[in-house]
Amino acid sequence: MKNRLLWPVLALVALLILNVVVTPTFFSLRLQDGHLYGSLIDILRNGAPTLLIALGMTLVIATRGIDLSVGAVAAIAGAVTCTHIAAGGNPWVAMGLALALCAVLGLWNGFLVSVLGIQPIIATLVLMTAGRGIAMLITEGQIVTVDSPVYRQVGAGFLVLPIAILISLAVLGLVALVTRRTALGLLIESVGVNPSASRLAGVRARTIIWTVYVFAALCAAVAGLMISSNVSAADANNAGLWIEMDAILAVVIGGTSLAGGRYSLTGTLLGALIIQTLTTTVYTIGIKPEITLVFKAVVVIAVCLMQAPVRVRVGGRVRGKQGVPA
Amino acid sequence: MTVPVVDMRGISVEFPGVKALQEVDFRLFPGEVHALMGENGAGKSTLIKALTGVHPLAAGEIRYAGEPVAFTAPAQAQAAGISTVYQEVNLCANLTVAENILLGREPRKFGRIDGRRMRARAAELLARIGLHIDPGSVLESHPIAVQQLVAIARAVAVDARVLVLDEPTSSLDADEVAELFRIIRVLRDEGVAVLFVTHFLEQVYEISDRITVLRNGRLVAEHPTAALSRIDLVSAMLGREMGLLEEIERRSGTPGQAFLVAEGVGRKGSVAPFDLEIRSGEVVGLAGLLGSGRTEVARLLFGADKADSGRILVNGKPLRLTGPRAAIEAGVAFSSEDRKAEGIVADLSVRDNLILAMQAARGWARPVPRKLADELVAKYIELLDIRPADPDRAVGNLSGGNQQKVLLARWLVTQPKLLILDEPTRGIDVGAKAQIQKVVADLAAEGMAVLFISAELEEVVRVSDRVVVMRDRQKVAELDGDVGVDDVMALIAGGGDHGVDHGVEKAVAS
Repeated sequence: MKNRLLWPVLALVALLILNVVVTPTFFSLRLQDGHLYGSLIDILRNGAPTLLIALGMTLVIATRGIDLSVGAVAAIAGAVTCTHIAAGGNPWVAMGLALALCAVLGLWNGFLVSVLGIQPIIATLVLMTAGRGIAMLITEGQIVTVDSPVYRQVGAGFLVLPIAILISLAVLGLVALVTRRTALGLLIESVGVNPSASRLAGVRARTIIWTVYVFAALCAAVAGLMISSNVSAADANNAGLWIEMDAILAVVIGGTSLAGGRYSLTGTLLGALIIQTLTTTVYTIGIKPEITLVFKAVVVIAVCLMQAPVRVRVGGRVRGKQGVPA
Repeated sequence: MTVPVVDMRGISVEFPGVKALQEVDFRLFPGEVHALMGENGAGKSTLIKALTGVHPLAAGEIRYAGEPVAFTAPAQAQAAGISTVYQEVNLCANLTVAENILLGREPRKFGRIDGRRMRARAAELLARIGLHIDPGSVLESHPIAVQQLVAIARAVAVDARVLVLDEPTSSLDADEVAELFRIIRVLRDEGVAVLFVTHFLEQVYEISDRITVLRNGRLVAEHPTAALSRIDLVSAMLGREMGLLEEIERRSGTPGQAFLVAEGVGRKGSVAPFDLEIRSGEVVGLAGLLGSGRTEVARLLFGADKADSGRILVNGKPLRLTGPRAAIEAGVAFSSEDRKAEGIVADLSVRDNLILAMQAARGWARPVPRKLADELVAKYIELLDIRPADPDRAVGNLSGGNQQKVLLARWLVTQPKLLILDEPTRGIDVGAKAQIQKVVADLAAEGMAVLFISAELEEVVRVSDRVVVMRDRQKVAELDGDVGVDDVMALIAGGGDHGVDHGVEKAVAS
């Protein structure tokens, strides 16, 4: 486990060092009106939605699944909240409505995967596509802007640190606590490694799979609230666009295998930070906009390659044990 | 005697921290079937992999056809004429038989694969081993046994001088084994040297000309088969006295109440409706060939498959079997024959695997306390002699026998009333086998009901108080424990022996 996290840690440190070299003030923080400001804080704040969605994604991937619909779900959450507030509703009720609706969407994904047995990538592709349409229907095709001080706190507020990152870290702590202090983590991994054996051992595999999809949808909903709150607007087309890809990437960089099974929440945290730092780095070191995406791709490939020898070793061990030593 | 085609001298292979092989000599002559025997972990697979270039040698020399060789990859060994067929069929199930046989060396025409010539060439190769199937048919449309034979056809397609068969019979029934052996003899008579690894002693004596025994990575003995008695072979493999197998004595105690009663339980296309009663404190053996319905009976009783007729009573009360959980709640435990696919959770530790069923029963919100888990693990590691005795080791790294013990322990910690064991001793070494049989006898003595399924009749007869015989997906007989192996064999084979048939009817009626 420690080994698997070595390369992500080194990659993150390397990126930070690169930033300090280019911008000597990169690490400087200043306290103003009880708010911390600085590049590091920006990274944390902007990375909060990705981290949150990646946490949900980690558990889904651990059960051998994947959830492509999280970006669309995030857009729906923003759309519902903003539309309700714009119509004069209470922001708390609006956010509650959004979370409830997204939980239902998670139930839908879980139903397709665990009850109907549809492959996760296809099952969630349905909502990935349809979800944007639903968000459009809710906002009636407009970008809905709101002016609610309460709602604005979620994405842009500060309690010394940005509230968004506090929420994400709280969820990280909660997930770590719940999965490792209860048996949920063991059962999730067991279902991910060997679903048939788990079923015969009496594990409620269906319930577990259902649970992780609902959890992923809820994470996406909160992330959607952060994104839309930050700009005080709901954009059905662009909110959370491609964020599912960043989330999957964060999980993979963090060392959780897409084949399911053992997962690492710390790895996912590192993965999300790497991706956000990378995005920031692109701006701070002044890379031309037209090659930003290529630069990001190169770094991601490098990180994945660095992990590769470790992963091959792990894979070799797995293969070794299948050929039972005689 | 002729010159050996393979001559391995002083072979040592080391893995980090482990000496897998130490100064082993091994010879293989053309036109012989040579059995390589040993317990799990003795170094059989390692020796094969040293020969085929998978593992580098720490010391020693390999001569092939008189020349020193040092293969660095299995492909080199194969190109030189050493072909290996592994335990699991290593082919592409969705391709045709011909494509599988000639994969990577397809006949070409204008740069494209020439389908007609490929099928013709495959048909020749199949004919060589006397296997008459359509080369154009898809591989997965054939039973596993035929797929195994196709793997052999593929192996000999490259004019193999040495054919290595690593436990090829572990998933085959008696007829299929006979077919495999016929093919092995054909190849042997053509001068191919066959290296054969198996756990079945009967097969060794039926097919092999010579036996090499390994133990703990060292060479113990090499003998002509005819000169080595079974008891000598087993004691060479075990290196200890063979008392354990004899220790199981038939208990004279009376079984308790009927725990589980199946009335007309069946499933279309799987097994015909059958009646079965299992009492507390007795071991019921289920005998029959592969595909006779013995596994299907177990799966129906556990709710792993749903019955479409009949009903099941537990302690006299009807049980609604909606799935494995319902069975587990009623006190039924089931260990599947497919250890890898339906038993172990390979990446998780021994501890996690051991408490899995207990944890599943408690639900996720009530974790098994770490202290209790550690106590249970320590207890069962000692009780069942699980090796290595490391609770944190991933269970996939254990040998087959030890994995089986972990699975047994997984159910024992839940203290079931009825334990269904489907082939708990398949593919594991003699020592572990004896330990598992002993545990089964002890559990029954303590009042547990056990349904014991095994392909090995001697084992079924030795362990069981009653033997239920399955044939062609039907229950054909139920016999008292004092029955002999030959009687059961006759029932399994079926046919016209009137005396036995009469006995069957009586036994079923009683």
